[in-house]
Amino acid sequence: MILAPGTAIRVKDDWPEAKGPVHIRTPHYLRGRPGTIVRHLGDFPNPEDLAFARPAAKRPLYHVAFSKDVLFDGQGTTDELLVEIFGHWLEAA
Amino acid sequence: MSNILETDGERLLQAVLGLLAKKGIASPLDIQAQIASTDNATPGQGARMVAKAWTDPDYCALMLADGTKAAEALDIPMRGMPPLGVMENTAAIHNLIVCTLCSCYPRAVLGYPPFWYKSAAYRARAVRDPRGLLEEWKTVIAPEVKIRVVDSTADYRWMVLPLRPAGTEGWNEAQLAAIVREGDMVGVTVPSV
Amino acid sequence: MDQEKPRAHHDMGGIAKFMCEPVDIEPHGLTEFDKTVDAIRQILGAKKIMSTDELRRAIEAIPEDQYLRLSYYRKWIRSITDNLLAKGVFTEAELRAALEEP
Repeated sequence: MILAPGTAIRVKDDWPEAKGPVHIRTPHYLRGRPGTIVRHLGDFPNPEDLAFARPAAKRPLYHVAFSKDVLFDGQGTTDELLVEIFGHWLEAA
Repeated sequence: MSNILETDGERLLQAVLGLLAKKGIASPLDIQAQIASTDNATPGQGARMVAKAWTDPDYCALMLADGTKAAEALDIPMRGMPPLGVMENTAAIHNLIVCTLCSCYPRAVLGYPPFWYKSAAYRARAVRDPRGLLEEWKTVIAPEVKIRVVDSTADYRWMVLPLRPAGTEGWNEAQLAAIVREGDMVGVTVPSV
Repeated sequence: MDQEKPRAHHDMGGIAKFMCEPVDIEPHGLTEFDKTVDAIRQILGAKKIMSTDELRRAIEAIPEDQYLRLSYYRKWIRSITDNLLAKGVFTEAELRAALEEP
């Protein structure tokens, strides 16, 4: 299922780097944080497998918007962040 | 293993070059040809796209919908390159591109990433304090304009389509392309005349 | 937040350590060394010998003190070498021998 633009999501609060060698493309500052789907960018081979030369299934990649105020400031800025996140890192808000 | 990887980079490079030639993977000529082709990608390519988008609404629409096709329409080689996305600056939104995890950069249209783009300070500060970061370039974005920081983390590469500055009415594409700089297409500066 | 979570050292977005560090905005041209390493990476990618994510993974594996100290393309040649050894494109013995050559 492809998430529709406007869907409220949360980035999983997972820290696989604590468990062993990994390569992940989900920045630490977004883990556990709420965001909104902007659009589905396409399906791309999972970099977490590509990095270890394992067979890499294609996964949906989304542009996800985050409030900078929620992430960092808490002082009412309207500035935002827009980040490519793979679907398997997203959960329902 | 860890010891040998700590060999000085220049020595490591010479050894690897020798082995790659010996194994038939890359000859010195292959390397020179690759460098020459990479040197053809410069910010001038991106600037041509921006100038055309400023003067041709159909091209602008194409560029925002599909950056790769828009680059190819100007004979910029995109084969084997990651898909190109274009973020449009407007009166309400200013885009700033960063890659906090490494150094993802739209090399096909802007060339090698500049030194500052790869620096720890740029990567760390862009997402948390973009307005403070832009002061390094003396760039001031009005408080009522929203800054959108695009963290380039995955398969796309992103460039900024800046706002056409006032005072350029009637200019042709070549004149316009000449005022578009590398930083304008990353969002650390804005074009001016 | 910086201390509590097991952030990897290459994962730099927003970390406090660099918030007050100025950005060197001067242009620094690439050296012949830089361009050669870059070209090797592109050739290995085009020949499907090493992917971008494999390059990144081995860069991320460089210990933090060296990650911060080494130049950009010194990290790359180290990652490339790491990958080529791991893939058996050449052996450590072959690499040692090549390093001994004048």
